Amino acid sequence: MLKLPENFQSYGDARRAGFMRLKEAKENGARVVGVYCSFVPHELILAAGASAVPLCATSEEPIAAAEADLPRNLCPLIKASYGFAKTDTCPYFYFSDFIVGETTCDGKKKMFELLNDIKETYVLQLPSSRNAAALELWKKELIAFKEKLESFYHITITDDDIRQAIRRKNRERKVMKTFFELGTLNPAPISGYELSTRTDSSGFELNIDKRCEAIEERIAQVQADWEANYKGKPSNKPRILVTGCPFGGVRDKIVKTVEELGADVVAFDSCSGVREKIELVDETMPVMDALAKKYLNINCSVMSPNNTRIEYIGEMIEEYAIDGVLEIILQACHTFNVESHLVKKYVTGRGMPYLMLETDYSTADAGQINTRLSAFLETIG
Amino acid sequence: MRYIGIDIGSTASKTVVLEDGKEDICFTLPTGWSGKETAMAICKKLDADKDGDRIVATGYGRVCVDYADKIVTEITCHGRGGSQLFGTDCTIIDVGGQDTKVITVSGGTVTDFLMNDKCSAGTGKFLEIMAGRLGATMEELFALAEGSDPVPISSMCTVFAESEVISHIGSGEKRGDIAAGVVDSVASRVAGLCTRHGIRGKAALTGGLCNSPYFIQRLSEKLGVPVETHSMGRYAGALGAALIARQGGKSFR
Ligand code: SF4
Ligand code: SF4
Repeated sequence: MLKLPENFQSYGDARRAGFMRLKEAKENGARVVGVYCSFVPHELILAAGASAVPLCATSEEPIAAAEADLPRNLCPLIKASYGFAKTDTCPYFYFSDFIVGETTCDGKKKMFELLNDIKETYVLQLPSSRNAAALELWKKELIAFKEKLESFYHITITDDDIRQAIRRKNRERKVMKTFFELGTLNPAPISGYELSTRTDSSGFELNIDKRCEAIEERIAQVQADWEANYKGKPSNKPRILVTGCPFGGVRDKIVKTVEELGADVVAFDSCSGVREKIELVDETMPVMDALAKKYLNINCSVMSPNNTRIEYIGEMIEEYAIDGVLEIILQACHTFNVESHLVKKYVTGRGMPYLMLETDYSTADAGQINTRLSAFLETIG
Repeated sequence: MRYIGIDIGSTASKTVVLEDGKEDICFTLPTGWSGKETAMAICKKLDADKDGDRIVATGYGRVCVDYADKIVTEITCHGRGGSQLFGTDCTIIDVGGQDTKVITVSGGTVTDFLMNDKCSAGTGKFLEIMAGRLGATMEELFALAEGSDPVPISSMCTVFAESEVISHIGSGEKRGDIAAGVVDSVASRVAGLCTRHGIRGKAALTGGLCNSPYFIQRLSEKLGVPVETHSMGRYAGALGAALIARQGGKSFR
């Protein structure tokens, strides 16, 4: 069994706990914008005096309803997100003033066209490369998005508003990164299950300062506990790096299972991890240039080429003293699935065990996954 | 001290007993519907005793062997047993009742593996179901297939493939040709999995299909490399488990 703190809230609990807070906030006139992806700059939403709420769905429940409109062989994250909207069972979607999508993967960008029939969905045109022309285009897109927020809420967003928002988000990134870096310690001071659950669900707290405080408090506790009880007693449990697709919907089936089988998940290269946190927004540059630069550099597989991800995995392997890399691919996610070939080549080229699991939100393959994970750990020895 | 490996597969349960200075013992029991009962039957047959035996359980039903000292996945065991039979650097292809796996062994240990997806195409289950449709046992299926001209079975999914077989029967295709089509389809799936994973060193088949020269020949053709096998091939998992029991070591409680 995993060691979890007494007051630990599962992702589902945290999500539910946020419902009432959100309802109250809305009744007091709060502005709420629904977002799905890491590429959407929260700074602009924050500068508009609004809160960004995460809509990325991790539940199998609404998938059947979504399959009435969407193909079955589509990423479960896309199906579940759409299904929640269609069945009107996600309060975060319900309370969003409008939705912001992006042209990331094909399935998601086409889904947004359907979503727009349910609620206004504004789509950011994300280029898929990182050259000067792409940067210019992306900056224009972000300016257009700022103007959208201004006209939607009948407000003016000044550079100063944005600058302030940048500082607040940078602080949050630093806090989250410090939290994740607890994983560099040996023995691992906190389970990867708890680490990722807390960071994934922190978005359900609308107030960014409170969000940071809660994480800082946990960092302090964990550090104190480690200093007092574990320091100087390194463990020989295999240390695992999880990479690939957002894994919120399979956290129990994979992350929890591999930890229960005796490994420590200590690092996450994923959108449920540090992918968006590694690079801060440059506070010395003109604000829109700074935002465009930071967000275009997110090393998601929808970008082509995406060498920076492989490089970063290499750095993490060193920094977190990794023993094996576990890649999670959501069914029908072509970009990560194709890119996994490069990840595997790189990781095994370093003589390190690598396992890729392709799965969806159902529990039908739980037994098979258990066998694969056990065998993977046996190869690490 | 006896070192015992027990491999509870989805259709058959294999046991290997190693004892210094004595001849190795191996036997098979059908798994039946309850892995637990099979495990108990094996326990009785072995007259297993806590102190004198070291037991490692593996296979699909490995957790049913509650008297085992250690549980190891079939992947590691097939790799270990395979490297004993075929050498320390090879690629083991195991077609099991429930799933099919391709295992890379280098320097005597498993370094990488790939398992088939959720569905049962390309597994022993598929053959069993189709043999049933043709009113044949597995042995008869291979005998029928030999020298026949395979009719194509194109469906990926066992359920659809079964209806394909039924319509072939209905349209009067020869039983042998359908049988050859069935074997061909499994060989293609298995070869596909091998190609995706890559073959390093020599290729060797373990598991229940080891005893079918016809299948091995078809698989070799599809892969374009000879596939080796061994009379102990179907015991590779249990043998690996017994070897792990004998080797003991740090992870042994
Ligand atoms: S994985 Fe890529 S597309 Fe998905 S949320 Fe993250 S950045 Fe967006
Ligand atoms: S996991 Fe892959 S397919 Fe699913 S939304 Fe993200 S990029 Fe698209």
